Amino acid sequence: MSDKRLFELRRLTIRFGAQAAVTALDLHVDRGETVAVVGESGSGKSVSALGALGLLPTGTDIEGERYFDGRDIGHLSPRQWNALRGGQIGFIFQEPMTSLNPLHSIGKQLGETLRLHQGLRGEAAKRRIKELLTQVRLPRVEELISAWPHQLSGGQRQRVMIAMAIANDPKLLIADEPTTALDVTVQQEILALLDDLRDRHDMGLLLISHDLNLVRRHADRVVVMRRGERVETGPTPVVFDTPQAAYTRQLIDAIPSGRPAPPEQDGETPLLAADRVSVAFSRPKPFLRPRPPAFVAVEPLSLQLRKGETLGIVGESGSGKTTLASALIRLLPASGEIRFAGQRLDTLSGDALRRQRRGFQIVFQDPYGSLSPRMPVADIISEGLRFHHPELDEATVAERIAEALRDVDLPPDCGDRYPHEFSGGQRQRIAIARALILKPSLLVLDEPTSALDRTVQKQLIELLRSVQARHGLAYLFISHDLAVVRAMAHRILVLKDGKVVEQGECEALLENPQSAYTRALIDASSLSLP
Amino acid sequence: MTSSHRRRLSPITQRRLQVFRGNRRAVWSLWIFGLLFIVSLGAELVANDKPIVMQYDGHWYVPLLVDYPETEFGGFLPTTADYRDPVVYEQIADNGWMLWPPVPFSYQTLDRDVQGPVPSPPGSRHWLGTDDQGRDVFARVLYGFRLSVAFALALTIGSIFLGVVIGGVQGYFGGKIDLIGQRLIEIWSGLPVLFLLIILASLVEPNIWWLLGIMLLFSWLGLVDIVRAEFLRARNLEYVRAARAMGLPSHLIMRRHVLPNAMVATLTFIPFLFTGAITTLTALDFLGFGLPPGSPSLGELVAQGKNNLQAPWLGVTAFVTLSVMLSLLVFIGEGLRDAFDPRHILTASRGDRPAAIPDSPRQESLP
Repeated sequence: MSDKRLFELRRLTIRFGAQAAVTALDLHVDRGETVAVVGESGSGKSVSALGALGLLPTGTDIEGERYFDGRDIGHLSPRQWNALRGGQIGFIFQEPMTSLNPLHSIGKQLGETLRLHQGLRGEAAKRRIKELLTQVRLPRVEELISAWPHQLSGGQRQRVMIAMAIANDPKLLIADEPTTALDVTVQQEILALLDDLRDRHDMGLLLISHDLNLVRRHADRVVVMRRGERVETGPTPVVFDTPQAAYTRQLIDAIPSGRPAPPEQDGETPLLAADRVSVAFSRPKPFLRPRPPAFVAVEPLSLQLRKGETLGIVGESGSGKTTLASALIRLLPASGEIRFAGQRLDTLSGDALRRQRRGFQIVFQDPYGSLSPRMPVADIISEGLRFHHPELDEATVAERIAEALRDVDLPPDCGDRYPHEFSGGQRQRIAIARALILKPSLLVLDEPTSALDRTVQKQLIELLRSVQARHGLAYLFISHDLAVVRAMAHRILVLKDGKVVEQGECEALLENPQSAYTRALIDASSLSLP
Repeated sequence: MTSSHRRRLSPITQRRLQVFRGNRRAVWSLWIFGLLFIVSLGAELVANDKPIVMQYDGHWYVPLLVDYPETEFGGFLPTTADYRDPVVYEQIADNGWMLWPPVPFSYQTLDRDVQGPVPSPPGSRHWLGTDDQGRDVFARVLYGFRLSVAFALALTIGSIFLGVVIGGVQGYFGGKIDLIGQRLIEIWSGLPVLFLLIILASLVEPNIWWLLGIMLLFSWLGLVDIVRAEFLRARNLEYVRAARAMGLPSHLIMRRHVLPNAMVATLTFIPFLFTGAITTLTALDFLGFGLPPGSPSLGELVAQGKNNLQAPWLGVTAFVTLSVMLSLLVFIGEGLRDAFDPRHILTASRGDRPAAIPDSPRQESLP
């Protein structure tokens, strides 16, 4: 074994009871190298890293040889593990919001690692903390030491996590989806930081990700996993340019492509017209002091949407995309004039508004949360229909359910089953069928594909396009991923902090973005691939 | 539920039933308690001072259901026949026959033929002895059990109804309704329940309906907090928002989508409400502020046990009855709680310690 080799797994097998999560995985990481493990959710990429380092709960069955820095780590005592993890091996997890303890200041949490592994205290520890925070390029280091986690943004917290991970000069850094929970514009910075740290400290970096775009730019070697098995491995350019396995090809090709069919051009009134719509949330009034000004989530903006057209609303999290869409379909109170099919929507309330609702429907992001686990699929789909059309008899309702299921390419006989029996993509289809059964003319799609794997995402986009062509639906398509938006939208509206940054025809805007913000969004999406 | 043709249990319910059935102590407790309650429901057939059916002069009589005057059986008074009266008894025995229940005493029958001083010890005539007024303890326990359980049942159902409706409205609509409602509830819960009951006892003759009403005014308070919290949580679930976007009215959304979530917490609360109701009724009876004198009550039996320490069967009977009843309820409650605990479901279905496994689907979607 060369002394370049830092971490090696040979025929690693992990079982939960009778179920194998990882089968005979071979993997190695050299010093100063980034190795990426890619695969769809459930492919065993996280489990293999956690299992190899003894982080899975007792009762898990782990076989195979594991080496770290030339040392067999297959049979370590808990005490030896603790010295290794956090000392020579650093971890960065996916969720920066929950991996910092909210009750301790940043300085205290960093100091704890330093004290445990290096015995640093007092001034020495403080100096080292400042050094680390500077290394991860955090601003105003002096103030940050006494800051609390909730005062930092997601990107800043992830930087603190990285600072903690590298605090003890680890030889190996394991980053498990380090940027998935972050905004697209922040993702690039974090990965650039990781690259830089790796070079400076000659670390090995094991990057676990489902994002091929990211992997392609930052990894030296790639390991493609599927259902717990290694499908393919090799240097990144080779794997991406000449993939050997059919599955790898499928993953690479799964980047959404194509364009929506052009909408019918007719001079009618727009289907949805918003005039100076804004959303503001009032803040609580402090005792004996005047109420602070309301928080403006969406500044006054106007937009129009024609029949059969898709308007993409783009922006990073917190930019007001979902708030705007919810306000347009009157799920949130807003000011301004909203017209749907020529009729004022903002003045309606109660029953009159409820009757209008069948004309516009919404599909949410999370396919696991948007279907009631207690109802069979047919009941979920038909609920709105039964309410809005109580005159329909059972046979007609059953017919409409079957029709809606056919529309989303699901077998018509699956109505008796419950949501948990379906995969994420299928659930999202059920959610779309629930919206379609009311025969709406506008569908709000709130990040409908971002919880799904790339391959499933692509199928869903194709389905949405064919549904649009068949029924002449208008879509309000919300997403942070420009690759998906490009495949769906005719026009794009870019939002930042509740303000419109720019808007225009999709292709023209993407080819020639006017603002730095839009360019950053484009950079962060897979659109920028050569 | 609007659907009529699909009636199979939802997978969540099935899993819960399976977990409950897996808890043998809870299942046995449920069976035993159910059996005891059913037997006590037919208390009139088990312990009564009237025959169930009888024949006199070739005619059929059902004294259990119909009051016959004594003159019917050759007596002199036009009042309801006392079948335990030696004169009437012999008259009927000569001219027909009577079918008596296994225990020929009701809860308020004074046994005048009892041997020795009252309270008399257990024997073949009185299985659990008599109390200090010569009434059969077994009959009183049987009727008292029924009364306690029925009282607790009515109180629980009433509390759940009030608690779910009030908590649900507060949680679902939130905002001002919630704020004002919570303050009113805080004031209301500051009222001393026992004092009110004691004051009431001096104003009116407290019967079971008065007690039920007064207790019901306060017993729902504990439930409101849980139901409200569940509704607050559930109203922002995506499938609830989807239902709102579909144009469903609030009452339908609450009933169909939010209530099932809140019922989990409510159902786990039921055993506590139930045992609480039984102990409160017993305590009031023990203090003498409860049911009117003469009613079959376990609390009164406890008081008698305390006043007649020379007759230990009174205290022992009361103790055994109450502890068996409450223990059974606690065991059932334990089973219910485990069945509704999502983490416990994982354990039960996997057979090992619950574990957080990365990349696994969330809890609802596990098979």
